[in-house]
Amino acid sequence: MKKIVLMGNPNVGKSVVFSRLTGANVIASNYPGTTVDFSKGRMCLGKEGREIIDAPGTYSLEPSNRSEEVALEMFGQADLIINVADATNLERNLYLTLQILEQKKPVILALNMWDEARHTGIIIDLKKLENELHIPVVPTVALSGEGFSDLVHRLDEARSPVEIEPMNDSERWMKIGEIIGNVQQVTHRHHTLRDWISEASIRPFTGVPIALAVIFAALWLVSFIGTTLIAFVFDPLFSLYTPIALGISTWLGPGLLQALLIGKLIDGRIDYIQSMGLLTTGIYVPFAMVLPYIIAFYSVLAVFEDSGYLPRLATLTDTLFHRFGMHGFGIIPVFLGLGCNVPGVLAARSLETKKQRFIAATLIAISVPCMAKNAMVFGILGSYGTGYIILVFATLFIVFVSSGLILNRLVKGDSPEICLEIPPYRKPDMLTVLKKTWMRIRWFLQEAIPFLFLGVLLINVLYAVGFVEWLGGIFAPVVQGWFGLPKEATTALLIGFLRKDLAVGMLLPLGMSPLQLVIATTLLTIYFPCVGTFAVMFRELGIRDMIKATAFMAGTAFVVGGVMRVVLLGI
Amino acid sequence: MEQPVTSLGTGGTAVILRLDGGYLFRKKMGAMGIREQKTIRVVAKHPFHGPVVVEVDGREMTLGRRMAEHIIIGDTE
Repeated sequence: MKKIVLMGNPNVGKSVVFSRLTGANVIASNYPGTTVDFSKGRMCLGKEGREIIDAPGTYSLEPSNRSEEVALEMFGQADLIINVADATNLERNLYLTLQILEQKKPVILALNMWDEARHTGIIIDLKKLENELHIPVVPTVALSGEGFSDLVHRLDEARSPVEIEPMNDSERWMKIGEIIGNVQQVTHRHHTLRDWISEASIRPFTGVPIALAVIFAALWLVSFIGTTLIAFVFDPLFSLYTPIALGISTWLGPGLLQALLIGKLIDGRIDYIQSMGLLTTGIYVPFAMVLPYIIAFYSVLAVFEDSGYLPRLATLTDTLFHRFGMHGFGIIPVFLGLGCNVPGVLAARSLETKKQRFIAATLIAISVPCMAKNAMVFGILGSYGTGYIILVFATLFIVFVSSGLILNRLVKGDSPEICLEIPPYRKPDMLTVLKKTWMRIRWFLQEAIPFLFLGVLLINVLYAVGFVEWLGGIFAPVVQGWFGLPKEATTALLIGFLRKDLAVGMLLPLGMSPLQLVIATTLLTIYFPCVGTFAVMFRELGIRDMIKATAFMAGTAFVVGGVMRVVLLGI
Repeated sequence: MEQPVTSLGTGGTAVILRLDGGYLFRKKMGAMGIREQKTIRVVAKHPFHGPVVVEVDGREMTLGRRMAEHIIIGDTE
């Protein structure tokens, strides 16, 4: 099957074009570097099927980070290139266009964001541009779908012009200058309110207070949406479900199946957190404890991503993140990691050097609480008061900062400076936001539920064969002697490797004091990431760096647990 | 008079004379639209040797301070 690859500068809308052409959904946002890997999809052209590949954005065919390398690999495989260019910024986009044309592959140019170009007073003569480049040029508006039937119809006209010879850099810029002078007219634009907001939010003295307010509002919104969903949707649903589960329990009668599916009845009632049955805890934890916050987090994140605020936040945090051996762009993987560590670690690809990627991945795994970890913290400490929850997050913050400072010194390698394009603010499109949130929720359910079931199953088996007792005994010196926790907490740490949120039901019955619970939840967050994060760290960092990161995590957990014990328990 | 773009105050505008630096640096800046003869405006300068936000052709970019110091401008407009 013929391969069509979408190539273009970062943040020109390739992923939206991809979704339009294939009907497949991929995550698109308003910041450069959303796509760090390629996605494949199919479309039909006449009777033939074509494979379409969405490549990460790149400014040139000489890669400067890992995701640009992926783009170049995809370029090598292409039979036909759809070069997606930003019509509001044609001059700069043409650099890549010319480089692609010099490589002698059939190309068609999609001039995306055509509507925005018109609004900002940019007039491009399409016929003249086609004559200059000797390839078909189609104006598109990916978000609305304008121009797409034209693009598809003209795919066959894509060609590799013999007229364009390989050039060096200055010749290329000369050529671009000529083309632009010929085809583009720009009418003068006045300063708008949007420009004013844009500048206020990126300047230090106005930007920092704005950032603090925005982050605070976002966190408040996530917790508000989450708790509202639980109180008015998920808890009522589970009260309807309880009689059914009890019915199944009675019908099964005591025995292995009941123990496995329903779990322990506590005072003759189902306790969704502690019963540990597949049909009780196994579905309550993902659906009623984590899912509401996943919905809340990802809908707020989608609005953030599409507005274009994140690159501004990256600018404001740049100086701070340099102290941690990264630059400001590091805030984006960290932000994504708050939902789930896996996409967070993946997003670290957009950082240029190995050192930066290693530090970003390790810091995310240690101290950025994903929604499952947050659900665990809230689930365990919620009933004791906000103070204890704040204690956990304050500790995590201190761990993040100090680990960052330490890793910056320990890890060899370069931390280059930030070099990031700031996209214009755009009003997030509600439909896009909903679609994106839905994709991520579906992804969460697909990833999380198998592990939850496996975890519940494993807990039952491990208890039954006496492994829990045995393991507790082995780790007792550390868990009991060093961290000041009951030795049974060891099992929670073990299961936490599969799913952090399952540990709630294992810690609650142990009768620990609130401060002991603070220690236990903090340790559960930092000692190891879950198995999914491990897998992606292995893929992104390689086995040696993953082992190094793991050793650092274990060391940090050991130190932090000991310090917390002395500070909180006083012994 | 030649000076780095970092000597401009916030809001200051000038024309880029040249990019001091290696082939890769010039290439990277060029691909992002920062080239000789272009008018550059300083949108923001962050304290503690932090990044500089510049605007060229209506596009804003955040650059590390050292990178920005290698963008040499002529007299301010």
